Amino acid sequence: MNRLRFWFLLPAWLWLALLFLAPLAIVCVYSLLSRGTYGGVELPWTWESYRRLIDPLYGTILLRSIAISAAATAICLVMGFPLALFIARATRRKSLYLHLVILPFWTSFLVRTYAWMFLLRDTGLVNTALIGLGVLREPLPLLYNDGAVLLGLVYGFLPFMVLPLYATLERMDPALLEAAADLGARPWATLFRVVVPLANPGIWAGTLLVFIPCLGAYLTPDLLGGGKSVMVGNLVQNQFTNARDWPFGSAVSLILMLFTLAALAAFYRRAPKELL
Amino acid sequence: MGISLELRHLAKHFPGHAAVDGISLQIPQGGFFSLLGPSGCGKTTTLRLIAGFEEPTAGEVWLSGALVNGRRPYERNVSTVFQNYALFPHLTAYANVEFGLRERGLRDRAARVRAALELVQLADKGSRYPSQLSGGERQRVALARSLVLEPEVLLLDEPLAALDPKLRKQMRIELKELQQRVGITFLFVTHDQEEALSMSDSIAVMNQGRVEQVGTPEEVYLRPATRFVAGFLGAMNWINGVGLRPETTRLARETGSLNGYPARPATITRTVFLGNCIHVAARLETGEEAVAEVSREEARLNNGAYSVGEPIHIWWKHDDEMHF
Amino acid sequence: MKRGLAIYAAAAYLFLHLPLATLVLFSFNASRFTLWEGFSLRWYQAVFTDAEMADAMWNSVIIAIVSTIISTVAGTLAAYALWKRSSRLLSGSLYLSLVTPEIVTGISLLAFFQWTFRWLGWHLGLHTVILAHVSFSIAYVAIVVAARLRTFDASLEEAAMDLGATEWRAFRRVTLPAISPGVIAAGLLALTISFDDYVITSLVAGVDSTTLPMVIYAMARRGANPSINAISALIVVIFGAVILISERLREA
Repeated sequence: MNRLRFWFLLPAWLWLALLFLAPLAIVCVYSLLSRGTYGGVELPWTWESYRRLIDPLYGTILLRSIAISAAATAICLVMGFPLALFIARATRRKSLYLHLVILPFWTSFLVRTYAWMFLLRDTGLVNTALIGLGVLREPLPLLYNDGAVLLGLVYGFLPFMVLPLYATLERMDPALLEAAADLGARPWATLFRVVVPLANPGIWAGTLLVFIPCLGAYLTPDLLGGGKSVMVGNLVQNQFTNARDWPFGSAVSLILMLFTLAALAAFYRRAPKELL
Repeated sequence: MGISLELRHLAKHFPGHAAVDGISLQIPQGGFFSLLGPSGCGKTTTLRLIAGFEEPTAGEVWLSGALVNGRRPYERNVSTVFQNYALFPHLTAYANVEFGLRERGLRDRAARVRAALELVQLADKGSRYPSQLSGGERQRVALARSLVLEPEVLLLDEPLAALDPKLRKQMRIELKELQQRVGITFLFVTHDQEEALSMSDSIAVMNQGRVEQVGTPEEVYLRPATRFVAGFLGAMNWINGVGLRPETTRLARETGSLNGYPARPATITRTVFLGNCIHVAARLETGEEAVAEVSREEARLNNGAYSVGEPIHIWWKHDDEMHF
Repeated sequence: MKRGLAIYAAAAYLFLHLPLATLVLFSFNASRFTLWEGFSLRWYQAVFTDAEMADAMWNSVIIAIVSTIISTVAGTLAAYALWKRSSRLLSGSLYLSLVTPEIVTGISLLAFFQWTFRWLGWHLGLHTVILAHVSFSIAYVAIVVAARLRTFDASLEEAAMDLGATEWRAFRRVTLPAISPGVIAAGLLALTISFDDYVITSLVAGVDSTTLPMVIYAMARRGANPSINAISALIVVIFGAVILISERLREA
C-alpha cells in the first residue's frame, strides 16, 4: 500500500519542491543580492533592497494597499451581508440565487475588469450617457483613480464574501429568530443582536477571502488605476519588468507574502473550521 | 472434517484499550458459527482481523492450515458480507457479483454469476442497480457476491441488523438453509442472542475482548460458564447466589405437594401479561426480586390470576440451578 | 423586512450582472463609439479574422488542455492519497498556494525558470507557461476532488479488496468511477482558470507564446476597441457554459 501512496503523491511532491518551494527560496535569495546590469541579479550580497523598503515612497504604496483592501473588504461585508441573508431566507430557488452569484465570478476576471473600463472611461458608457442626456458638459474622470480600483475590487470579490456568509446564515436555526421575537425584539434588533453575532464565523471567513486577494491584487489596480493608483502588486510587477530591479522586487514580494501569511494566521485562529 | 479457521491468542490493542485481548478459537469446516456479544466486546474487530483489514498486535490467524498473518485482504480466501452491504453503486447486481471473479480472471464467469444469483433467488434482478433494490435484495446480492468466490470462510458482520423485524426473522431461516446448502463455513457476528441461538451450530460468547464460552446453543443457554454468559443469553434470577431462568422459576400457593424441593415465601409485586405467557414478579424475604414465567396453562391449573400483594411461594428443581 | 431584502437583492444582482451585460450588448453595436448606432456583427467578424488573436487563441487552447490534463491527474492522485492518510505539509502547501498572490507566484516562477535555464540553456516559451499553469491549478483540483472524496464510502474499497482487488485495482474499478464527476468538474475548473490567466502567464511567457488574455490586455491598454467586447462576450458565454456543467457534475 505504501508503494501506491508513493507513486500517487510523487507528482504533488515534485510540484511542491520544484514549482513552489524552490521558486520561493530563489526569491528569498535574490532579495539579498544586488541588481544586475542587464536585469536579473548578481553578487555582492546586500541588505540594500530591504533598506529601500523603508523609503516613504514605498511606505505609501503599502499603506494604500492596506487601506484599499480594508475598504473593499468592509464594503463587501456591508453589501454582501443582506444579499447572503436574502438567499439564506429564500424558500425556493435557493440554488438559482446562488448560481447567479457564482457565475459572474467564474467568467474571466480580465473581462470583468475590462467591463468597468468600458463603463467608466472618458469615452465610456457612463460618461457618454450622461453627456448625451445633458447632465454633463465634459466627461468625468471616473477611471484611473483609487475609487475605480476600489469599485473594481468590490465587484471582483463580492462573491467571496457572500458565499461563506450564506453558508453560515443557512445553518442558523430559524427557531432562534422566533425566540428573539417572542422575547420582544423587533426585526432590526434581532438582526443586530442575534443574526450578526451568529454569523461571526462566516464574517471572518469572508473577510479573509476578500482581504488577502485584494492585498496582492495586480490586474485591477493596473487596468483601473492606470499607474495612478499603485498597489503592492503593481510595484512588484514593475520591478521585474520595466525597472529591472529583481532584488528589490523580490524583497517587496516577500513582504507581501509575509503580510498574507500574517493575515491568514490571524483569521485562522478566529474561524478555522470555515476555511474548508 | 477439518478446521477452516483457527485463531491462536489473537489480540488487537488500540491506544487506550484492548479491543481483542487474547482469543483462541477453532472453527470447524462447514458449520454455522456465531460470535455473540454486546457492542464493544471486540467481535467486529475479530472479524476484521480475520479478513485482513487490521493486523493483530499479537497472535496468529490460521486459514485452512496456513498462517495468514501479514497477508492483505485480497490474498486471503475469506469473504465478508458488510453490515451496510457495501454494494458498488455504479455496477449492476450482476456486475457486483461478477466483481471478484473478474479479479481472478476466470473464464466461465457468466455461468457462475448466474448460479450464484439463482442461489439467492435474484436471477431476474441481475440488471438492476443497488439503488433500485430493496434492503433484503441488496443483502442477497452481497451474499451472492461473496459466495460466488467459494471462500473458505464467509464472514457476516451483523447482516440482519439493518432489516425490519419481520424480514429479519425470515432471513434467519433463509440464511441457515443457504449455509446448509452450500456447505461453506459461516462466521456470523451478532449482538442478538435470539439470532445466535436459532441459527448456530456453535456459539462463542465474547465480552471485553475475550471469549467467555464456546458451545452449542443448548450448552451456552442451559449450562453457561460464567455469570456474564448466563445474563447475556437470557433473563436471569439471582436468589441467594443461585442463578435461575424465569422459565424454571415456579410458583405455588401451598407448599404441600412440592416433593421436598425448597420453597421460599414471597410477595407478588407485579404481573405482566405477554400474550403467550405471564411474567410474575415477587419479592422474597431477603429483599431479592425474582421473575417467574408462567404459561397460561399452568396459571389455569394453579387457579387463575395472580394479584399484586398476594403471598406466594417460589420454588425450583435442583437440576435447574446455575452456580458460578 | 423581507420586502426590503428582496429589493436590495435585486439591486445587488443588477450590480453584479449589469457591467457584463452592457459589455455583451455593445459587442453588437454597429458604431465603434459608445453610442448605439444599430445592430451589427462586424466586431465578431473582426475577431474571427484577426490573425494575431487566432494565434493567441491557439496557444491558449494548447496551454489550457495540456496543463489541465497534468494538473488534474496530479491533483486527483494527491487528493486521494491524502484522503487515505494525510500529510500536513502537503495539504498546508496546497492551501498556501491558493492564497499566495498571483504576482508572487508569477515572479517566483520567473526567477526559478531564469535561474535553472542558465544551466540548461533553455528559454521561456509555451512549456514554461504550461508548467506555471500546472503550478497554480493543482491546488484547485485537489480541493474539488477532496470534497468529492469526503462523500465517498470507504467501506466500498474494503469490499473490493475483500473480493480480491489490490489497492490499485480497487482505486481504478471502484473509487475512481465513483468520484469521476468530481474529477471532471475539477478539470473543467482548471481549464477556465488556465484560459483566463493573465498575470502569471505574462511574466513567464516567451517571445512567441502570446496567449489570448495577453492580447486582450494589450488591446484594453491601448484604448477603446469594440473587438474586445466581442471576444469578451464569446468568453463569457463559453466560460459560463463550462462552469455550469462543472457545477452540475459537482452536485451529481
